[in-house]
Amino acid sequence: MSEQTTVQPPEDELVVRPVVVEPPVSTTQRYATAGVLVGLGLITIWLFALRADWDAHAKLRFGALNDPKVHQLSFPSAPVCLAIGIVIVTLGLLWLAVPRRRWFGAIVGSALGLFVVALLCWMSSRNQFSQLDLVGLGSSTIQVAVPLILGALCGVMCERSGVINVAIEGQMLAGAWTGALVGTLVGSLVGIVGAALAGALMGWILAVFAIRYLVNQVVLGVVLNVFAAGLTGFFYDAFMQPHVESLNQPALLDPISLPLLSKIPILGPLLFEQSIIVYITYVLIVVVDVWLFRTRWGLRTRAVGEHPKAADTVGINVLAMRYRNVIIGGAIAGIGGAYFTFQVGQFQKNITSGYGFIALAAVIFGRWSPRGAVGAALLFGFATAMQTTLSINVPSIPSDVIAMLPYLATIFAVAGLVGKVRAPAADGEPYVKE
Amino acid sequence: MSDATSDPTVDPQQLLLEHDEAPAPRGWLGRFANADSLVVTLLAFLTAMLVGGVLIASADPQTQAAAHYFFQYPWDTFRYGFEAMWNGYKAMFEGAIFNPKLAQKGTLAGYLGPISETLTNATPLILGGLSVGLAFRAGLFNIGGQGQVIMGAVFAGFVGFHYHLPVVLHLIAAIAAGMLGGALWGGIAGFLKAKTGAHEVITTIMLNYVALSSLGYLLKKKGFQAPPYGQAISNPTDKNARLPLLLGGDLRVHAGLIIALLAAVFVGWLLNRSTLGFRLRAVGANQFASRTAGMSVEGSYITVMLIAGALCGLAGVSQILGTNNQLTGDIDAGIGFDAITVALLGRANAGGIVAAGVLFGALHAGGTQMQSTTGTPIDIVQVIQSLIVLFIAAPMLIRTIYHLHVSTSGVNGTLAKGWNG
Repeated sequence: MSEQTTVQPPEDELVVRPVVVEPPVSTTQRYATAGVLVGLGLITIWLFALRADWDAHAKLRFGALNDPKVHQLSFPSAPVCLAIGIVIVTLGLLWLAVPRRRWFGAIVGSALGLFVVALLCWMSSRNQFSQLDLVGLGSSTIQVAVPLILGALCGVMCERSGVINVAIEGQMLAGAWTGALVGTLVGSLVGIVGAALAGALMGWILAVFAIRYLVNQVVLGVVLNVFAAGLTGFFYDAFMQPHVESLNQPALLDPISLPLLSKIPILGPLLFEQSIIVYITYVLIVVVDVWLFRTRWGLRTRAVGEHPKAADTVGINVLAMRYRNVIIGGAIAGIGGAYFTFQVGQFQKNITSGYGFIALAAVIFGRWSPRGAVGAALLFGFATAMQTTLSINVPSIPSDVIAMLPYLATIFAVAGLVGKVRAPAADGEPYVKE
Repeated sequence: MSDATSDPTVDPQQLLLEHDEAPAPRGWLGRFANADSLVVTLLAFLTAMLVGGVLIASADPQTQAAAHYFFQYPWDTFRYGFEAMWNGYKAMFEGAIFNPKLAQKGTLAGYLGPISETLTNATPLILGGLSVGLAFRAGLFNIGGQGQVIMGAVFAGFVGFHYHLPVVLHLIAAIAAGMLGGALWGGIAGFLKAKTGAHEVITTIMLNYVALSSLGYLLKKKGFQAPPYGQAISNPTDKNARLPLLLGGDLRVHAGLIIALLAAVFVGWLLNRSTLGFRLRAVGANQFASRTAGMSVEGSYITVMLIAGALCGLAGVSQILGTNNQLTGDIDAGIGFDAITVALLGRANAGGIVAAGVLFGALHAGGTQMQSTTGTPIDIVQVIQSLIVLFIAAPMLIRTIYHLHVSTSGVNGTLAKGWNG
């Protein structure tokens, strides 16, 4: 993976230097990408600059409207959009002239980013009175991304150790339900612990059936999802619904302002005035990343996921590693489930509404790395936030069409930018000692 | 197994033989000959029903009340619990198979009503299960059933109410449109997988949501929405475009069942008898070996997703031209995801999927009846469904519970493997 051991070779030995040979960019990719970029640039120029009101100002705001110390930014929108459009077209032509595989991500990524900037400018300039709240945009991004990140971290941990986890949705649901129950009975903070335990329990079931009973793991994940949905739905109808006040009314988690950090302009209110689950998420992102790539445990986990036989030969307990990772992963997903419950203050049937599957997509999209998964989750969150902003600012587009945006963006990103991915080699293969 | 798949030089034919013949005997009928397997299946079913029974009892108010004085007088808890379980499963049986009270009327509907409900529920499940199962055999995991069913229903529904054609022609046109809609939606995922390597799990999930939003959009559109334009519901399909009812006007079972059975025969033939099916299975078993043997892996992905999509499209057809006649926001009725469990229980072969579809259809029909009679939440069906599949997939667990010495293999091996194909 990312670490490379640099061993100084003895002087007299023959040194073979690796030469990276890049496969040439295919003609289709070359022209298609260039076409898309130039098209995107022309759309930007036409729609956001030429057809827009030339004198209108883009009005960006960094904070809530009633905040007295809010930062504001105002500049003519159309000229900026024109410039951005020209840059995007240039990027497209640049790619057409010198297609280099290793520039692909940078070129396409920056072009898309610029397009989004132009879109935001245009939106905020359409109405004289409306301002676009960038902090609000960021905070809705985080709101959507947090459960996805937690689910995806669970997926990464499981799959790095060689157990496919399609049951993220089920683990989240179990967490959401338990979180509501324990949260009402004892208190919200204990509810989060309960949610983690419920997720861990679901993870344990997954581990037992996958590792001891050698059940096909994709089958298992799907079945556990149905099981969790059925069980939580059943318990909800049978117990929670008749006794809402005593069983399904956990207190909402209040935002906590971190001292000092929340005083940072713009970023402070965005990142450091959040509920405790969001802070847990920050910590877990770092912990999982360090854990997997900088510790002995992580090295062993990855070894077990790539080549269990080799790992076993050097004395690593393959099955124990897998059990531990899957159970810890389940606990993380359970916390992600609790996030849904505490966001609305009660459990509802299928409250996770397919986010477990989107988290699974984020795992694959992020190439089984915590950082990649976080990036994918943030991308999805941003697309969802843009969807909300668009539907408020441009009411002429039907809301159902805008609702497709995050999903289409993901398909586009996966098909256009990521392409073929490679899972850990032993992912999904049960290990039986010979 | 793992060694064989990673070695690109293995002859695919040899690999397939080894893959298919060794563990499970062929077909659903073949399984009856295999007593061990039958015992495990039955015990799995019983165990699942037992766990479900405990849940039914726990939801019963009388049992709950008795549980409060469990330590003074435990017998009451057991008695009421057992009663609740018995009543629940009796209602389920009456809803799915035979209801003596209705039969007293002496009409055909009285005798066959429950069976008709079971088969009506089973029809789209069989079609969806065939779709997922076929994709499994070709090494793809089609979670996109929901979107494909929706698109099938939208296309079929549109042809059904927008055009006005003569009797047989209209039905055929609408069915063809439904298949086209589903195939298109599945085909997108197959095409993206073949051309860009985009993982089908991601694309099919995302396409589900896109299909849902498209449906929501269309249901608010003039020309699609039914007057007086207040509800999100489409125009009703023409009489000419509806699938004929099989047992007369009082019973809901419709000709979609025949389509489903024909589709099962087709899929069985395709997988086991045709060259294309051989290629699909070979790619599913080992894409590297298949490529070495000169097969087009990419072509297989596109083909199988087109066919799988068309099958899901047929499930949508059964929903819109048979069971209902107007499109609504939940026209897919969760078939896309239930179909996955059906395919898994049916071990991804045509006969098994038909049997699994009928079983789950019966559970759904019975669950509905149980909810209305005893008030037990219908979600119990999902629990029982998942437990059945779980126990059948883990025969070792059943063996341990019941101290059996039978040797069967689970659902392992022949189905989808890891993400790398």
